[in-house]
Amino acid sequence: MALASPSLVPVQTRSERPSSTDVSDFPAVTGREFEWKFAPLDRIRHLTEGALDGGPVAFQYSESAGTSVEWVDRATAVVGVAGTPEDRASANAWGAVEKVLTITVSSEEAEELLVRREHFDRSPRAAHVVIEALPNSSGTVILEHRGDAELSENVEIVVGEGAQLTVVTVQEWADSAVHLSSHFATVGRDANLRHVIVSLGGGVVRVNPSIHLAGQGSSTDAFGLYFADAGQYLEQRPYIDHQAANTRSRVNYKGALQGAKAHTVWVGDVLIGPHADGTDSYEQNRNLVLSDGTRADSIPNLEIETGNIVGAGHASSTGRFDDEQLFYLQSRGISEEEARRLVVRGFLAEIITQIGSPALEERLTAAVEAELVEAEVVRAAAAAPTLDGGAA
Amino acid sequence: MSVLKIEDLHVSVETEQGTKQILRGVDLAVGEGETHAIMGPNGSGKSTLAYAIAGHPKYHVEGGSVTLDGEEMLDKSVDERARAGLFLAMQYPVEIPGVSVSNFLRTAKTAIDGQAPAIRGWIKDLDSSMTALRMDKSFRERNVNEGFSGGEKKRNEILQLELLKPKFAVLDETDSGLDVDALKIVSEGVNRAKENTGLGILLITHYNRILRYVKPDFVHVFVAGKVAEQGGPELAVRLENEGYDRFLQGANVG
Repeated sequence: MALASPSLVPVQTRSERPSSTDVSDFPAVTGREFEWKFAPLDRIRHLTEGALDGGPVAFQYSESAGTSVEWVDRATAVVGVAGTPEDRASANAWGAVEKVLTITVSSEEAEELLVRREHFDRSPRAAHVVIEALPNSSGTVILEHRGDAELSENVEIVVGEGAQLTVVTVQEWADSAVHLSSHFATVGRDANLRHVIVSLGGGVVRVNPSIHLAGQGSSTDAFGLYFADAGQYLEQRPYIDHQAANTRSRVNYKGALQGAKAHTVWVGDVLIGPHADGTDSYEQNRNLVLSDGTRADSIPNLEIETGNIVGAGHASSTGRFDDEQLFYLQSRGISEEEARRLVVRGFLAEIITQIGSPALEERLTAAVEAELVEAEVVRAAAAAPTLDGGAA
Repeated sequence: MSVLKIEDLHVSVETEQGTKQILRGVDLAVGEGETHAIMGPNGSGKSTLAYAIAGHPKYHVEGGSVTLDGEEMLDKSVDERARAGLFLAMQYPVEIPGVSVSNFLRTAKTAIDGQAPAIRGWIKDLDSSMTALRMDKSFRERNVNEGFSGGEKKRNEILQLELLKPKFAVLDETDSGLDVDALKIVSEGVNRAKENTGLGILLITHYNRILRYVKPDFVHVFVAGKVAEQGGPELAVRLENEGYDRFLQGANVG
């Protein structure tokens, strides 16, 4: 297919955004494209423009009843069921991959499956994961990411009719890691996808889930939790595509930012298509700013192509600590430091408690706690008097 | 014998129209186990007094002192004042999303006492106070003040008063917005705290209503940022009948 030059014909609606599995269909990234507008291009250029190594990389996983995990040759794997790349990094990975990591949830009460990926390295790589929940199955798949990486990948999620699938992707990369991930999900009739993105570590982390509510009565609960430290760039662009009638979506992303040049981006698109009568949709993003020098971009978009819906709403807020909350807690004897921690922990707990995996919830609570302790150190250092005259 | 002493307290706030003087030389002394009612018309500075004692950053102390057993409170941070034994029951308690009542109370109790309370005794105290305040056990798992009705918020304030056992409490219009049943329950809680711990109370109110349940030893009338008249409980009754008009003749409320 031929793409119109973006400078001539700006794409107005999300459904008409160009898509292709061929990287050459996308012009070189300039930074003027809306999808790359905020990203630090110099740190990701090798993933959008360069050649990628698409060979399989070792990983660990838990043997869990009712699930299976295997590498499938690209030639025989079923790919492209859940979506097609909409940006150059995604298409670049799509074409480079040699083997597809295939995860199948087949049982009505599958055990939680944990896939840990921590053996990527500094060489630019491509990956492709297909997670399929068979009709009427039920399960939880957790993808954990650690260590270093230069990774562009596509994750397809196919939720069969009547299935209940939870997919959690946790990014706890090393500070230098770069991870660009496009998730494509298609949700069948009366099925539900719970989708959770947790981004805590990494230099540049972008996870963009496109969730297509294709079957009647399908639904999704999409959550995000991110905590950006100094110099970190964390982006997420959830896109909920209400195609069928009587579909329901809830999107709730919460983020905290601290330290110089901590930057987060949230772009939430909801499209209610012409056949999506009876849609019930709500999306929100809230950001808590913990220090100076940070930047949070938050952009909700709602397109409605049918008038016959139950509800469609959105909310976005970015703010500092509520001084009245601090005053209230301190007036009960709680120190300012502990009061701050309580408030942030409480703010993010709303997402953590939605994950549904007690072990992971506990671990993430501890991880957030560690971020907060670090935040205190940063704050204390910033507040300390300088040598050249703070004493006055 | 503990005493909370307020001397020549001057307090201002920043407004869009510039600095505004609110308290203009307040003198008050509250002894252990005493209940002092502060009454007065709107805008007389009653709530400002409450917040200034607690240390809210919005209120600037221009002069004077607030001492607890001789120790200056105005030099201390908000949490240090609470740990020294001061408590403010707020008129509009804020919501703290994601923080459960039980976690909040235990964190506060630990901060005030300097050590975590023994689990069994703590749960017992919590249960009995909540039962007495007609608070369902499910409150413990709810987020602090989130979705609470006006009456539930006030009961939650008094629950904290009972559990944290301060030496002195300022109750800022705790009676406002309560129906008579809730008013009785809240008043009983205040009286229990007083009996159990010898609490000294500064009860700020616009109306005589709560004074039928929480008996004041002294009544002070606040007008234009200072005490205009003081007396015994009979003064509250007189105010109920006559209103504040006679204090406002010629007084500049602003």
